[in-house]
Amino acid sequence: MDKLYNVSSNPHIRSKVTTSGLMFCVIVALLPAAGFGIFRFGLNALLLIAVTVASAVLSEFLFNLITKRKQTLGDFSAIVTGLLLALNLPPAAPWWIGVVGGFFAIVVVKMLFGGLGQNFMNPALGARCFLVISFASIMTNFAVDGVSEATPLARLKAGEVVDIVAMARGNIPGTIGEISVIAILIGACFLILVGVIDILIPGAYIVSFVIFLVIFSGKGFDTTYIAAHLSGGGLMLGAFFMATDYVTRPITKTGQLIYGAFLGILTGIFRLFGPSAEGVSFAIIIGNLLVPLIDMFTKPRFFGKGGVRNNE
Amino acid sequence: MAKLTFSGGIHPYDGKEMSKDIPIKEVYPVSDLVYPLSQHIGAPAKPIVAKGDHVLAGQKIAEADGFVSSPIYASVSGTVKAIEERRVVTGNNAMSIVIENDGLYDSVEPWEVKPLEEMSNEEIINRVREAGIVGMGGAGFPTHVKLSVKEPAKIDYVIVNGAECEPYLTSDYRKMVEEPEKLIDGLRVYLKLFPYSLGIIAIEDNKPDCIKVFKALTKDEPRITVKALRTKYPQGSERQLIYAVTGREINSRLLPADVGCVVNNVDTVISVRRAIYDGMPLMHRIVTVTGNCIKNPRNFKVLTGTSYADLVPEAGGFKREPVKIISGGPMMGFCIFDLNVPVTKTASALLCLSRDDISRMEPSACINCGQCVEVCPSRLIPKLLSDHAANFNEEEFLSNHGLECVECGCCSFICPAKRPLCQNIKSLRKICLSKKKK
Repeated sequence: MDKLYNVSSNPHIRSKVTTSGLMFCVIVALLPAAGFGIFRFGLNALLLIAVTVASAVLSEFLFNLITKRKQTLGDFSAIVTGLLLALNLPPAAPWWIGVVGGFFAIVVVKMLFGGLGQNFMNPALGARCFLVISFASIMTNFAVDGVSEATPLARLKAGEVVDIVAMARGNIPGTIGEISVIAILIGACFLILVGVIDILIPGAYIVSFVIFLVIFSGKGFDTTYIAAHLSGGGLMLGAFFMATDYVTRPITKTGQLIYGAFLGILTGIFRLFGPSAEGVSFAIIIGNLLVPLIDMFTKPRFFGKGGVRNNE
Repeated sequence: MAKLTFSGGIHPYDGKEMSKDIPIKEVYPVSDLVYPLSQHIGAPAKPIVAKGDHVLAGQKIAEADGFVSSPIYASVSGTVKAIEERRVVTGNNAMSIVIENDGLYDSVEPWEVKPLEEMSNEEIINRVREAGIVGMGGAGFPTHVKLSVKEPAKIDYVIVNGAECEPYLTSDYRKMVEEPEKLIDGLRVYLKLFPYSLGIIAIEDNKPDCIKVFKALTKDEPRITVKALRTKYPQGSERQLIYAVTGREINSRLLPADVGCVVNNVDTVISVRRAIYDGMPLMHRIVTVTGNCIKNPRNFKVLTGTSYADLVPEAGGFKREPVKIISGGPMMGFCIFDLNVPVTKTASALLCLSRDDISRMEPSACINCGQCVEVCPSRLIPKLLSDHAANFNEEEFLSNHGLECVECGCCSFICPAKRPLCQNIKSLRKICLSKKKK
């Protein structure tokens, strides 16, 4: 026996899909929204995105270095987190907001709980909520070129009329990544086409949210109103990119359906009855916390459970 | 009733085009023949020859030890060289009978053959048992045990498993294309045993020519139908096959007979035919020699006991150096580190690959993507079971139905983090099952 061949326990082949491949797809899918944000808001948006991503990546690198763990940057998840967080920042925010946010997302929300796959809430959203609470005035200032303007959702809340055409064109105030529904949907379609996400969670989210609006908004089935709610704020970005985060969603299809529907209702409650006009971030975070519970109650019925002997 | 598929499953690269269109070729062994005493599920056979004995092809060299066991026959004439431990496909050493081939292939007289109609059911089952026939799809469950159903009248379906869902394997396909009548004759034996049953030849729809041939051959047979199954791994898994064909579900506590089904692999059915119609025991099988390292991939008719090393030159040798060699398919087969192991009753292929996915891919953290849940044909949560298994948490493992796993490997295949899910589950499953037996 001069040469020994490799051995392994079956199966001996693996699919080509990898974690880094999936993450890379998400990064690509976020580029249209990021690109549009930079186009709309200019250099500061670009700077914020760069700083936030760099902060997230560096935080993970240093954390692994200090705690003597294997480096995990190769899975690209830190880039996804940084990018998602940046897209949730107001364009006029100072650069250090990105640094603080990136650090909080990676170190506090993700790494301290055991790293990728162990975090119980979406790191980007966790960090965003942390920033909103800690630096409320910065995080809610959507002034463009010094001109302050209310976001479409704030106007809706105040009972004002919104310009639906401007919303479709992304010509509205908002965070860097949320303003263009079209750019977000292009990315989402890409993710669905390559099979990274499916329509289940976003679908359930949007449908249940619309139903909630129809019943409780007092406006009935007002298409303009519904369209404004759907394309305003972080709903689309949240539904397609954050609620679908693998780590913090239920693992079974049934669970995902329940989770999506729950997010829609929660967002509706926050937007219609809460003090703030926006509600997606908090809805998803609360949803994240309920995932273990949903998982527990939606365990699939194993194959053959109903099997009975012929002669019984 | 028929769903023709099941939920879950995967579509790996199937590599069947390499060997599927080339006719089966007979190969003769060069080196000594090695017959492990345990080529089946159940008690190992007991040797009935001694070192130095002269044996003939077709002579019984080891007899069944108990009901769930199976005898073994010499496939060549020659001298018993040794009865000793030899390495088998699993990498273990197993007690084996070694025969030095005299190259004459003198054989014993076949058994007396009676027309099927004149044989009693008992005679048929005894003959199948005597012939040493076991499930040749890979599991090696003695066929006579499957046939010895308490109430034969309650069997509604006899299913011939022609799915061949394992990638690269084409041995069942070649058999079905080359000798379809033999398969049908074999099925007739089963239909005689189970008087109220319907014979179903179940074939994946990636073999349309097979389906056509069998439909044409059985169009006047009221008791035989052909079912085209959707191509998907593991369609040939017994539970999934029964569900796809009949809509009936079984779990780990039920046998196919409990839901009125008997399932047998193509090669097994053909071996049954040979025992009944030709009076010959199980002495050879079809082996696919394939993979991107093999110069001329094709199927061979191989005498049991032949060394794998003898098959490679017959297939033109290696065109590039293999890194990994698998006995069987890539999903359920065994890796062998050395070619010098014998072909047994359950060996379906010799697969030589130049690329080892496993050593190239490091497992990383689970990202909870849910792919494993989606592909699991047993509808379990592999990720969860694997974690419990890694922690030896038997209680949680069992309460999450870990024993229902069929070890098909879909979860490990699909996992983007390349985690050894199936491997973990398999280890704890083995421990739990052996405890249960005690």
